[in-house]
Amino acid sequence: MTRILIPSGALGLGFDRAALARGVANKPDLIAIDGGSTDSGPSYLGRGVSKYSRAATKAEWAELMAARAAAGVPLVIGTAGTCGAGDAVDWLTQITEDVLRETGTTARIAVLKSDQPAERLLRAQAAGRLRPLSPAWEVTPELLAECTNIVALAGAEQINAALATGADIVIAGRTTDTAIIAALPLSRGDHAGAAWHGAKIGECGALCATNPQTGVLQIDFDASGFTVTPLAEGSRATPHTVSAHMLYENADPFTLFEPGGHLHVSAARYTAVDDRRVRAEGAVWHPSDDYTVKLEGARITGYQTVLLALVRDARYVAHIDPWCTDIRHRCTAKAAARLGLAEGSFAIELRQIGQDATLGALETRSGNAAEIGVLGIVTAPTQDLADEIGKLLNPYLLHHPLTPEEEQPTFAFPFSPAEIPRGPDYAFCLNHLLVLDDPMAAFALTVRDVVHA
Amino acid sequence: MPKLGEIVEKVRSKNAGPFWITVDIFCGASDAFATVRDRLMTARVAALYATPEETLKRFDIPDLAVVKFSFPRPDPDRPRDMHGASYAAPLAEMELD
Repeated sequence: MTRILIPSGALGLGFDRAALARGVANKPDLIAIDGGSTDSGPSYLGRGVSKYSRAATKAEWAELMAARAAAGVPLVIGTAGTCGAGDAVDWLTQITEDVLRETGTTARIAVLKSDQPAERLLRAQAAGRLRPLSPAWEVTPELLAECTNIVALAGAEQINAALATGADIVIAGRTTDTAIIAALPLSRGDHAGAAWHGAKIGECGALCATNPQTGVLQIDFDASGFTVTPLAEGSRATPHTVSAHMLYENADPFTLFEPGGHLHVSAARYTAVDDRRVRAEGAVWHPSDDYTVKLEGARITGYQTVLLALVRDARYVAHIDPWCTDIRHRCTAKAAARLGLAEGSFAIELRQIGQDATLGALETRSGNAAEIGVLGIVTAPTQDLADEIGKLLNPYLLHHPLTPEEEQPTFAFPFSPAEIPRGPDYAFCLNHLLVLDDPMAAFALTVRDVVHA
Repeated sequence: MPKLGEIVEKVRSKNAGPFWITVDIFCGASDAFATVRDRLMTARVAALYATPEETLKRFDIPDLAVVKFSFPRPDPDRPRDMHGASYAAPLAEMELD
């Protein structure tokens, strides 16, 4: 039997302290927490930075390090620093060393890096070892050159390699959300289907139970299945809450692809152990012929300046579409002429907040808005050009009339200056698998002993 | 005709990785599940999300009384809704046939 303690769905989201203490008292074999997500968009991977504040991360991480020391078991974080890129891993490693120094604690730290140089992927592509997923597109040298960071998602094998060093703390770059939970049960011979299934159920902490904000979850893995126990007062797991978690952020609720194979849960059965614990059995792990890891990359699409104008005049609100279209055409022509730019080398977009800014062409509702926020988004090859075009857009958003003969209108700017430089804009640009002969071939593992007497 | 959101417990959407959106219809009562399963046509949902019908994944899950749809995000290069939680709204507001 292997007992994994999961403090929350992600470092930085907070957890119930009493529940964590209960989890430590229950003598877990390992404490696992996810540090990342692609949910908040490509900028974090693009820049190699964390979404959460350093202060909040340090405070929570210090508590988990203390819990680890009290339990005398390894603490593993996957996808450190939101994106799991090398710089973000270094950031959390520095925080870890600061906490060890400040608390006078000695620990062995294993650092697993998931960064992928473009040349490795080009060689893999030439050898037919780069496989597109759906939706798919071709990987070109130009595309890879535009990437500021590329990572591969490590699986259980790489986490187990890190644990095998005898590390007290494993700080991993990009991993699958599940690998940090499934690794130890797999290496100890627990049921493979249960290891991955339980890991998927537990990856968001107590989100698979009632009162999900409490965070703390315990999962016991064994030879035939797993048992889920939420540890906060008043938090209950039921067969419904647990099985429904397979839907969450999952395009296919029955199949989960991982490095080295895939999981099928169609045959899984969920039963209530009592009014707060759930037992699950029956998931099946299918090993794959090739060992593959999924890739993520972020590239710079351009540099942005944004402006927000508020249109409150009822006539302009009623004619916001032609107003925005006219401004976009005029300003695009003016920017091309004034700055000597080819049309198509930059973009001016005007989103209409209050009308369809969220869903765009998919919006089905229409109504009488009291006002419309016009969000101007300028994207250009450099920040200087984006700022210049933003300044050309400014007078249109302030004064552009619906008809030439009417008195010049003035709209509301909530900020001065109206232009807000946003820096580089990033996009996720890889949805591919990399085939590996040796799971460690694309990952770098280093170990250091931090000694404080 | 009732709107879908009026006969089910909840319609929720979320991104499923950078390139997919997934929408879960929690029907609650079993008769609502049967209604949604039988009357919510895949072609209408595909049209609502401007995605080809063959690309739209559909899962009818009686054990959970859930009907789930997944489709490629229409705007991966410049997402309007980074976390994808707003895609549920037009489906919840759609009238059933």
